[in-house]
Amino acid sequence: MKISAIITLKKDVLDPQGKVIHQTLDGMGFKDINEVRQGKYFEIDVKENDPKKAKSIVEDMCKKLLANLVIENYKIIETQ
Amino acid sequence: MKSSVITFPGSNCDRDMDVALKKFGFNNKMIWHGDHELPKSDLVVLPGGFSYGDYLRCGSMAAKSKIMNSVINFANSGGLVMGICNGFQILVETGLVPGVLLRNKYLEFICKNVFVKIDNKDNPYFKNLNKKVLELHIAHNEGNYFCTSEQLKEIEDNDQIAISYSNKDGQVEKEFNPNGSLKNIAGIFNKKKNVLGMMPHPERMIDKSLSSEDGSIFFKNLINNIK
Repeated sequence: MKISAIITLKKDVLDPQGKVIHQTLDGMGFKDINEVRQGKYFEIDVKENDPKKAKSIVEDMCKKLLANLVIENYKIIETQ
Repeated sequence: MKSSVITFPGSNCDRDMDVALKKFGFNNKMIWHGDHELPKSDLVVLPGGFSYGDYLRCGSMAAKSKIMNSVINFANSGGLVMGICNGFQILVETGLVPGVLLRNKYLEFICKNVFVKIDNKDNPYFKNLNKKVLELHIAHNEGNYFCTSEQLKEIEDNDQIAISYSNKDGQVEKEFNPNGSLKNIAGIFNKKKNVLGMMPHPERMIDKSLSSEDGSIFFKNLINNIK
């Protein structure tokens, strides 16, 4: 089944790319922005049909490779 | 003295490091990332470059490659492991040294000479070095050192800061910080000081006709310390 993981920078970590995107959007006329934070999205098709097990496999992947827990948080979503 | 330089797909400072180590007396071997066994070594170097194309996060893939299990065991048993630039990024991804390297503050690739103050000489890398400031070269996009406040306290309490960006007199000020690194940190140790990660490239400073000689001073001192 397909499991998605969203990796985002933690609140206290500077996100210069997000800042530049914010400024660019602002320059394009999108004036109603408080903040932009850029993250990563993964869609992983796991050979496991039990949602709980599949999610826990992807969680393990997040902890061991996909996210660096010093600076990033992860969120796991069941997509199928 | 035996050294090993690990080559990952995308490493590009591995051969410069090989030249530098041999020039100052190391019997160096190039080791492929897919190997399992590290040969008997007095020093292991993770070189600069763009391992795995900097995919996901710089150094994250290389940190999980086959040879790294041996490198981690070697480091945990007290062996000297030095990571330069991308090698430093790989070291933080293995957890051998604390923190992470974020993108440079102003999102630009920085390629220039810098001065770094040596903060700690009580270790095999800088012991007996008769200079307090070195002129070295940096070339990186992700050299902005960051760690949590708890980690920083631990790093400072254990004297783990190795080198800091400074001026030529060794003054560590914000204006000499090229990339936004926390506390101007350019290099750090693990707790036991046998693992060193640093952004500057000493191997680019070993030929009088091309550069300063501060890399030569560093390598000569290093081999004498290991002997």
